[in-house]
Amino acid sequence: MTEREIMEYDVIIVGAGPAGLSCAIRLKQKKPDLTVAVIEKSSEIGAHILSGAVIEPQPLDELLPGWRDNPPPICIPVERDEIWLLSQQGRRRLPTPPQQKNHGNFIVSLGAMCAWMANQAEALEVDIFPGYAASEIRFKDDGSVGGVIIGDMGVGRDGQPKDTFMQGIEIHAPITILSEGVRGHLSKQLIKKYELDRDSDPQTYGIGMKELWRVPPGKSIPGLVQHTTGWPLDSRTYGGSFIYHLDKDRIAIGFVCGLDYQDPEFMPFEAFQQMKNHPMVRDMLEGGEIVSSGARAITEGGYQSLPKTEMPGALIIGDSAGTLNVPKIKGTHQAMRCGILAADHIAETSAAAGFDRKLRDSEVVRELYKVRNIRPAFYKGFWRGFLRAAIETVTAGKLPTTLSVHADDTALKKLDGYTPPDRKWVSRDLPPRDRLASVYFAATEHDEDQPIHLQILEPDICSTRCVEEYNNPCTRFCPAQVYEMIDVNGGKELQINAANCVHCKTCDIKDPYQIINWVTPEGGSGPNYQNM
Amino acid sequence: MKILVGIKRVVDYNVRVRVLNDGSGVDTDGVKMSVNPFDEIALEEALRIKEAGNAEEVIVVSAGGDECQQQLRTGLAMGADRAIQIQTSESLQPLSVARALLKIIEREQPGLVILGKQAIDGDNSQTGQMLAALWDRPQATFASKMVLNGDTATITREVDAGLETIEVDLPAVVTVDLRMNEPRFVKLPDIMKAKRKPLDVISLGDLGVSVDGNLKIHHFAPPPQRQKGIMVEDTAQLVQELKNRGLI
Repeated sequence: MTEREIMEYDVIIVGAGPAGLSCAIRLKQKKPDLTVAVIEKSSEIGAHILSGAVIEPQPLDELLPGWRDNPPPICIPVERDEIWLLSQQGRRRLPTPPQQKNHGNFIVSLGAMCAWMANQAEALEVDIFPGYAASEIRFKDDGSVGGVIIGDMGVGRDGQPKDTFMQGIEIHAPITILSEGVRGHLSKQLIKKYELDRDSDPQTYGIGMKELWRVPPGKSIPGLVQHTTGWPLDSRTYGGSFIYHLDKDRIAIGFVCGLDYQDPEFMPFEAFQQMKNHPMVRDMLEGGEIVSSGARAITEGGYQSLPKTEMPGALIIGDSAGTLNVPKIKGTHQAMRCGILAADHIAETSAAAGFDRKLRDSEVVRELYKVRNIRPAFYKGFWRGFLRAAIETVTAGKLPTTLSVHADDTALKKLDGYTPPDRKWVSRDLPPRDRLASVYFAATEHDEDQPIHLQILEPDICSTRCVEEYNNPCTRFCPAQVYEMIDVNGGKELQINAANCVHCKTCDIKDPYQIINWVTPEGGSGPNYQNM
Repeated sequence: MKILVGIKRVVDYNVRVRVLNDGSGVDTDGVKMSVNPFDEIALEEALRIKEAGNAEEVIVVSAGGDECQQQLRTGLAMGADRAIQIQTSESLQPLSVARALLKIIEREQPGLVILGKQAIDGDNSQTGQMLAALWDRPQATFASKMVLNGDTATITREVDAGLETIEVDLPAVVTVDLRMNEPRFVKLPDIMKAKRKPLDVISLGDLGVSVDGNLKIHHFAPPPQRQKGIMVEDTAQLVQELKNRGLI
């Protein structure tokens, strides 16, 4: 193998989401002479972004004053908020908690907004490279981070180079910013290597699934923001849905549930589809069609789970660190603030050191502190959580206690002695019929002839212990049906349909044995979301 | 020798194409756009010819709005030497594209023109053939192999009955099929280099080509949705159900 080609930048940013792009824009605004590159594994900017999304506009006002005259392609002012508690057929309106009042906020497509932000960054001469995946960290001799290594392309399933083989280059930079989004695979390695989570609780996550629908005329009321909780989830499972009414007869509908669910037989995808079948939702969608669909994990650990965000030569920002505000159901404004803060810090000090302190003294962490007890309060079931959430909200988080956050991978109950709740789920007929039909709308694409990017560290467990203890939950929690157990010679064997993967990272998080390792596939692979 | 390669900006092959509600076209809002895959193969072949020392320059040309510069830059990053945008806001039909390409040929005098066998959006497969006729030069369509021998080229074509090998005099128009080659990945530093390569913009009007409407698109419609099936118990019921529907 020949020596890798090298490109040098002052700052290399991994991941073109709201955090990374805000950071790039701010850096060039403050220090136009700095060379800044953003690399992104999706084939186009925004193609791997999936979010509701209702956003708070303050960070945009700060970063791009005047953006309101040239708004992102989908940007609808919120007109009204509704929260509904669902039962299988009925519903009851709940009062809107203060965190979820969206007056002054906007419904956007975060994917389209990121593409729009990337244009602004390019106008400031940021080099943006979609279609290239950072597969490894480049460590310097002193052990500090000194950039990233781009994955090789044109490698066959057997690991051997094909005719089209192209060696990935090294990007060297004094400062590397990890803004990979939730459960970034490089961030995960760095958190482990530098023990950045030594003083924090484990991170906890949710899985969010979303569909963009084109509905019959009159069904979408632009600016209406609806959330539901309750059915089809049991009271021990945290979650609910969002229904955001866009313009042009479009509705963005999604479902989020905590990955700390206990039932090994639970299938988040089916819960989403059941929710769509509720009379209230069904009436909006019937006769319409799906434009795009997909899934992505969400960080829910908040204040208690926030790791140290700096290490020699690198920073971790946005959802890679876990700055999403769960009660607000919003992370974009927090991610953007992180990006802006990181850029200001680098412009001022030209170093990584000192960022973590600044972040913790900033509005980002103050906001997380106020709501720190709300998500863990729901560990004891919906109604106790609801009560505690109300108290925490009234006191603005000033009570002296801090509840601890638990990990997701240890939450599943073993089948032996466990009785799953009676879910009373119904037969349904709105599309998609099943997960494969859903993946079709994610337009996901991976060259089949490449190494499987879902590494199983101890394959024996899948066909032995896991069958007995949990009945292979990966075959249910994956929203894209990547994992299947097939019958081989009287036993069962795991089959990985890696080409279906939508890069949501749920498997890496929820697997009870922690033997699934998500690594990045060839750059440009993965979903091709449209206005998600 | 110069090689001219045509490139079209099309909806990416992974995208699930959706017809607009009013039937006036397909939805391109927020949709990923790419270089037509057959054109990418055409460019790859041109680059290989140049790398083998049989051509000095590869020029990519596209007709469309400024958004098609993105695809031309991709072509430059793959290795083309320069690019030409034939600027127009109109939607062009194959005959207009062929006429515009002919004007570029007259200016550039290429020894070989390589195009994709068809674009994956309209699936017309007409531009190459029309261009060869207008230019009054040989054409070799649906090529899966090309060997240059000085003033001629030996070309293997994919035809219904199998493979056909023909020899054409150069200059000629070659349209390439899927099996010609597998296009390369773009190297990251080459994206930077591509930003500095020349990209000339010429308006369709300045080329003296008018947009003609020989073809009129009436409307677009999605294929009919498959009806929900029923499960039958046995063959007798299957036969009965088919009879009920008047299918047997």
